[in-house]
Amino acid sequence: MWFPRLPSDRVLRLRPLDAAFALTQRQANTDRLYCVNLRARRLGLHPGMSFTDAHALCPDLISQPADPPADARFLAMLRRWATRYCPWVGVEAGDGLVLDITGSAHLLGGEADLLADMRARLARAGLAVQIGLADTRGAAWALARHGEGVAQAGAGLAAIGGLPVAALRLDPALVVGLQRLGLRHIADLAAAARAPLARRFGPELMLRLDQALGAQPEQISPQQEPPHYGVRLTLPEPIGLAADVMAGTARLLDQLCAKLKAQAMGARVLQLTLRRVDQANQQVDLRLAGPMRDPARILPLFARGIEAVDAGFGIDQLRLEAVQVEALAAEQSSISLHLRAGHVAPPRKDGLEDLITRIGTRIGLENVQRFLPADSHIPERAFLIAPAAYCAPEAGWVALRPRPLVLFAPEPIQAKGPQPPRAFRWRRMALTTARATGPERIAPEWWLDDENWRHGLRDYWRVETHEGRRLWLFYTPQNPNWCVQGEFA
Amino acid sequence: MISDLNHCFPLRRGRVHEVFGAAAFGFAAVACAQARGDLLWITEGWRAERINPLGLAAFFDPSRLLIAQTKDQTEVLAVAEEALRDGCIGFVVLSLTRPLDLREGRRLQLAAEKGRATGLCLIPEGMGSNATQSRWQAVPLLGANADSTLMRWQIIKNKEGTIGAWNVRWDAAAHRLDVVSTVAKRPCSAPAPA
Repeated sequence: MWFPRLPSDRVLRLRPLDAAFALTQRQANTDRLYCVNLRARRLGLHPGMSFTDAHALCPDLISQPADPPADARFLAMLRRWATRYCPWVGVEAGDGLVLDITGSAHLLGGEADLLADMRARLARAGLAVQIGLADTRGAAWALARHGEGVAQAGAGLAAIGGLPVAALRLDPALVVGLQRLGLRHIADLAAAARAPLARRFGPELMLRLDQALGAQPEQISPQQEPPHYGVRLTLPEPIGLAADVMAGTARLLDQLCAKLKAQAMGARVLQLTLRRVDQANQQVDLRLAGPMRDPARILPLFARGIEAVDAGFGIDQLRLEAVQVEALAAEQSSISLHLRAGHVAPPRKDGLEDLITRIGTRIGLENVQRFLPADSHIPERAFLIAPAAYCAPEAGWVALRPRPLVLFAPEPIQAKGPQPPRAFRWRRMALTTARATGPERIAPEWWLDDENWRHGLRDYWRVETHEGRRLWLFYTPQNPNWCVQGEFA
Repeated sequence: MISDLNHCFPLRRGRVHEVFGAAAFGFAAVACAQARGDLLWITEGWRAERINPLGLAAFFDPSRLLIAQTKDQTEVLAVAEEALRDGCIGFVVLSLTRPLDLREGRRLQLAAEKGRATGLCLIPEGMGSNATQSRWQAVPLLGANADSTLMRWQIIKNKEGTIGAWNVRWDAAAHRLDVVSTVAKRPCSAPAPA
């Protein structure tokens, strides 16, 4: 199954146009056409042409930048759709699908009906398609791309012999070489002596020929469905007690964790949906501080959320899904086994992650944070605050000059002149300066527009007062003003 | 009688202590530096003062520190109880804004005993809880030389031991707490207005 104009068909499905249309892609500083629709092709445009040439040929050309990742997603969606015909569906070269319909054609009434059904459905979806059907994958490819057709079973060379050698999935340079020798069709190639050809063009040519004719086997590797981490439990009688819901959740967790273990994954975000008899859904979300798949550790974390659920007239279905999963190596479980068995636990990391999760269920996982060093000389930007669940501790804390223990938003004080004031009032306290160390000049980071640094340079002074407080004052020479920004230990 | 600081500091494990005064943050930083394991600092999210990891780096490695920001004091207490009981975290600092009643204070003590972790409440002056193991007052003092961290620590309540007062200074290079001189010989200090 070959989609000759998949990218432009995809875009035009969303926005039908009755005009010449092309997708462009920037390559080596030139906009080139990536894919054109049928109408543009009739006007003589072709992919690979430069956009300016195309515009000269067709002044009313409508264009849009191409989005290859979206095309790949669309093709993956089509692959999934194609499993309605047979279970073995693979993706072929970014713009085609390969289906092994052996044994499943009769379900739709034979090969002809199956092809008709495919064509009708794809036409309705607005996709141009060329389908080739043959005994081998190579022959089907050749038929799909070069003149569409159905090869009778066992036809072999008879079906594809008339096609050009390019239909053998060969390198373009190789095709040119073959044409120079006068071998234009597959039948010519099959009739020629194998050994000289193999010596001249390498083993690939003969391999492709044999694959197309069925002398060499070739598999279709169907893509696996991504594993689904969801389990559910339907109850004959509604339940309402928290303990019962916990027991149900425990059963689901056992199943889910077995699934996760088989895939060497750990759950990061879990969602428990409780369906009540009156069809109202209650949801319990659990965000974990680290990937986990140990039911004994996860279950207690659900306790708080389940307590808060309003059971109404009762719950008759529980559904547990791991919404977000992360890879988790297998040896982690053995450590948690030790924990469960009550051994003295050497790995503190697991315990800490559990604790972060438990605290996170109460105050929100993003409110449990950690300091990370940042590369800036601005005091309040010299560190980052990041959620502890999503970052590892980082070393590399260097304070070249003494920094205050506590920082707050600058609090202005009454003072004049570039020297620190001898006496000043701060937070309703009268303070007298005993010793002032400084200044340390810090310039704003001009490449970042920071509201707080609008007043320009700052001269920081460390002021020790007779009253004992050691404060961090700054003076802004460009906009004379004094402020207190921090306090030392 | 002036007792030895070593009898009451480092703070006793498995208990919750209190500190107030202008140098309470300095006291907490020294206490964190002398604790083992991970540290947790719990504050209410609306507070303007933020601890500065670069300032803390003179006392201990800030990568050991976790911070929790909560909505109100009830959550501060809930998080502290959870962390103390769990025992993964060696030292928990809580910033409080209203006094604890006996039940809340006692619950914290029980949690700390269970997890063998130490708690330290930063309280406003005069809002101590009866359940606390020890209550400290820490005020900064003017040192004889610059870049000093001279503080006066006074233990004003001690459930198991005597009370006393010391002038201390943190030696950032050696990571050690130095007792400078006794209060009686203190020449040039007056308690700071709180």
